[in-house]
Amino acid sequence: MAKLDSKVPKGPIADKWTTYKDKIDLVNPANKRNIDIIVIGTGLAGGSAAATLAELGYNVKAFAYQDSPRRAHSIAAQGGINAAKNYMGDGDSNYRLFYDTVKGGDYRSREANVYRLAEVSGNIIDQCVAQGVPFARDYGGLLDNRSFGGVLVSRTFYAKGQTGQQLLLGAYSAMNRQIARGKIEMHNRHEMLDVVIVDGKARGIIARNLITGEIERHSAHAVVIASGGYGNVYFLSTNAMGSNATAAWKIHKKGAYFANPCYTQIHPTCIPRSGDYQSKLTLMSESLRNDGRIWVPKHMEDVLAIREGKLKPTQIPEENRDYYLERRYPAFGNLVPRDVASRAAKERCDAGYGVNETGEAVYLDFKAAIQRYGTEQALLHGDHNPSKEKILELGEAVIEEKYGNLFQMYEKIVAENPYKTPMMIYPATHYTMGGVWVDYNLMTTVPGLYCIGEANFSDHGANRLGASALMQGLADGYFVLPYTIGDYLSDDIRTGEIPTDTAEFEEAEKEVKERLDFFINNKGTHSVDYYHKKLGKIMWDKVGMARNEKHLKEAIAEIKEIREDFWKNVKVPGSLNEFNQELEKAGRVADFLELGELFAKDALDRKESCGGHFRDESVETDGPQKGEALRDDKNYKYVAAWEYKGEPSDAILHKEELEFKDIELKTRSYK
Amino acid sequence: MNLTLKIWRQKGPNDKGQMVDYKVTDISEHMSFLEMMDVLNEQLVAKDEEPVAFDHDCREGICGMCSMYINGEAHGPDRGITTCQLHMRMFKDGETITIEPFRANAFPVIKDLVVDRMAFERIQQAGGFISVNTSGNTQDANAIPISKHAADDAMDAATCIGCGACVATCKNSSAMLFVSAKVSQYALLPQGQVEATDRVLNMVKQMDEEGFGNCTNTGACEVECPKGISLENIARMNREYLAASLKG
Repeated sequence: MAKLDSKVPKGPIADKWTTYKDKIDLVNPANKRNIDIIVIGTGLAGGSAAATLAELGYNVKAFAYQDSPRRAHSIAAQGGINAAKNYMGDGDSNYRLFYDTVKGGDYRSREANVYRLAEVSGNIIDQCVAQGVPFARDYGGLLDNRSFGGVLVSRTFYAKGQTGQQLLLGAYSAMNRQIARGKIEMHNRHEMLDVVIVDGKARGIIARNLITGEIERHSAHAVVIASGGYGNVYFLSTNAMGSNATAAWKIHKKGAYFANPCYTQIHPTCIPRSGDYQSKLTLMSESLRNDGRIWVPKHMEDVLAIREGKLKPTQIPEENRDYYLERRYPAFGNLVPRDVASRAAKERCDAGYGVNETGEAVYLDFKAAIQRYGTEQALLHGDHNPSKEKILELGEAVIEEKYGNLFQMYEKIVAENPYKTPMMIYPATHYTMGGVWVDYNLMTTVPGLYCIGEANFSDHGANRLGASALMQGLADGYFVLPYTIGDYLSDDIRTGEIPTDTAEFEEAEKEVKERLDFFINNKGTHSVDYYHKKLGKIMWDKVGMARNEKHLKEAIAEIKEIREDFWKNVKVPGSLNEFNQELEKAGRVADFLELGELFAKDALDRKESCGGHFRDESVETDGPQKGEALRDDKNYKYVAAWEYKGEPSDAILHKEELEFKDIELKTRSYK
Repeated sequence: MNLTLKIWRQKGPNDKGQMVDYKVTDISEHMSFLEMMDVLNEQLVAKDEEPVAFDHDCREGICGMCSMYINGEAHGPDRGITTCQLHMRMFKDGETITIEPFRANAFPVIKDLVVDRMAFERIQQAGGFISVNTSGNTQDANAIPISKHAADDAMDAATCIGCGACVATCKNSSAMLFVSAKVSQYALLPQGQVEATDRVLNMVKQMDEEGFGNCTNTGACEVECPKGISLENIARMNREYLAASLKG
């Protein structure tokens, strides 16, 4: 049993990364030409890593299941990217970003990794501007910032509500430059189905060409997994339909430990579900909470009248509204972190105050902001006595400029105009903080196998702050991995090309083919989606926003049952050697059916409430924090890293104790 | 509502392909168009038939993967949206809906409604970037002020999602709107000036080699573009191209 070594460098936290970079081994430019690196996934983390590694001179082979790197789901990130630039002069610094991130993560992340993230954050903005990313600017031509949840400064850079798109297109353009030079060999419409380990080191992958169905072997000196999170284990989430955990799960089965699977982010502001046919949920950016106020009616009769269609939200007077976040958390108000906002919405809806037919919706209201901006704009236009209509018109124009695309998305889905009536929102699965365990170098427990971006566990602890996912993805890919991987590869300069005609590749390919053959030949009774929806329902009902021992034990048993049924009765039409989307889904759902069980097991094991993981049994019972989550630092101040041993129930727990030297551990309060 | 669907089925690139009729029942008006397609595919799987292959991923209008030609319009009968954002409330009970792939010589069909848009990739690789290394050793992001108007216009051009609706809807299968959006984004920003000449020449050259048609200014692309990319970008690219050719 290997001991978990985080390999965090010694010395003061502010110097660790610099000192580390000064001392690591380097690979000279001529030798880099003889070294191949495989990158799985081309979102912000994978795309930026592929581009940077290729610029450095390595031969990169990049893989995406979509038809272009530009379509990775980072593209859908809306609100922004954090960086400790302090352009606003509001007291921001690397330390503050570090502190906010550790506190926001409920003291369950690794200090040294988070500090490094804060340290390189400013560089990301410089880099992206140089690449032509059109961030929002003010009239003086300088970059604009906005606020996100869980912090008291404005450090979020943005490009309308399409920040992820613009950052990904930046990374994509950097990739294109290297694809044109032949330094990146881009494999679109390919899916990695296993990793190949040779003499204990990751040396290649088995991939399926999704157009022809052909099974391919690809070798390299190192393999980087940047395949994103596993939120689709819930079936309904804000993830893309194809987002999957297969690459991460396959490497877990080949020796990479999987950390903190129960840390999942349920995002407070998503469009509520409308029916059983629903295929995915749509996020409304957290940035909306800069200007939107969240409320439900104070009185039950108003709630009922709304549900019956007899009353409109705009008809309810101020004094009859319960702005419950402002009431419970006066210091942070509508900008509390996501886990806190989600639980508060659930609390109101569970108490019966939900405002739609299903009782699972609260209002996000822009009226006050439209009023405020309209008045300000009228003054700026020299109109000191504006009419009501003029104020609305000017105010709506400001809101449109800030969030226009989000309002349009909402209107298209719900068929209501959010400028005129409050949005209805409800929490939905959005991001997974848990993931493959990595050390300070972002290497997994398998030598030569790296994991970056959402796919790893490292920086967000038990809850991620808004606008930090883009920051982490690009930090890992542009500025961290390219250094750390060189230290490992410096031993490989004489290795030469890794052959693919070896027993290890043979064996891995055989396993992959057997599984695919099984799916096609099983001729069962139920579709893949049938199982995926069943799994999703258990996950949401019993491993969702609030968890308890009874439900978790039930979930573990039920997921196991579904998995067994799946392997008997799943039906996959079509054949192997063609474009076959049902076959793709089958493999992904098979992996979710295992991951889901480990997820519940991890949640059962962690008997404290922290961040996105809330246990009904662990709640503050009195004092000013009454009813809030109760963390247990004495017993659970560790990373739970699971080692694969066959069935998910057999997984072995390894603990990485977390040390807090630069931040004092205390109760997270946003009151 | 109950609907008749006429859907293009084509087994592979070399198959001739044909329209096939299907019926779907009890479709809710709140469903998205792709959720209606999910219902159809579940039906087909239950009957041991092959489901209809179609591209889709984010289902929130930003990845650019979905690409259906519905009742003669790219992304169907609504404006400013992709197919995944189209909702069934745009259709009437009993209606017949025709669903085809995005058609263009430069977009060969892979299967059913899935097309190969690698031509777009090659155009981007020909010059859709600023040649700056990602080392982070650049100047401070606020070192060059950029006027808000230029930044906003660049953003409007940069919002292209590369779906190909402009090509599918153009009677000439021209890719001018797509290419001009990228050229414009960089032409509007100071960072893009250094390589402006090479960029426009190389991207246009690649566009021509891929077999896209010419632009005859009908403006259909602008109408169907889910992100509202403006024809002004084409005018800007023409200016850039002319200037570059004279320099060249």
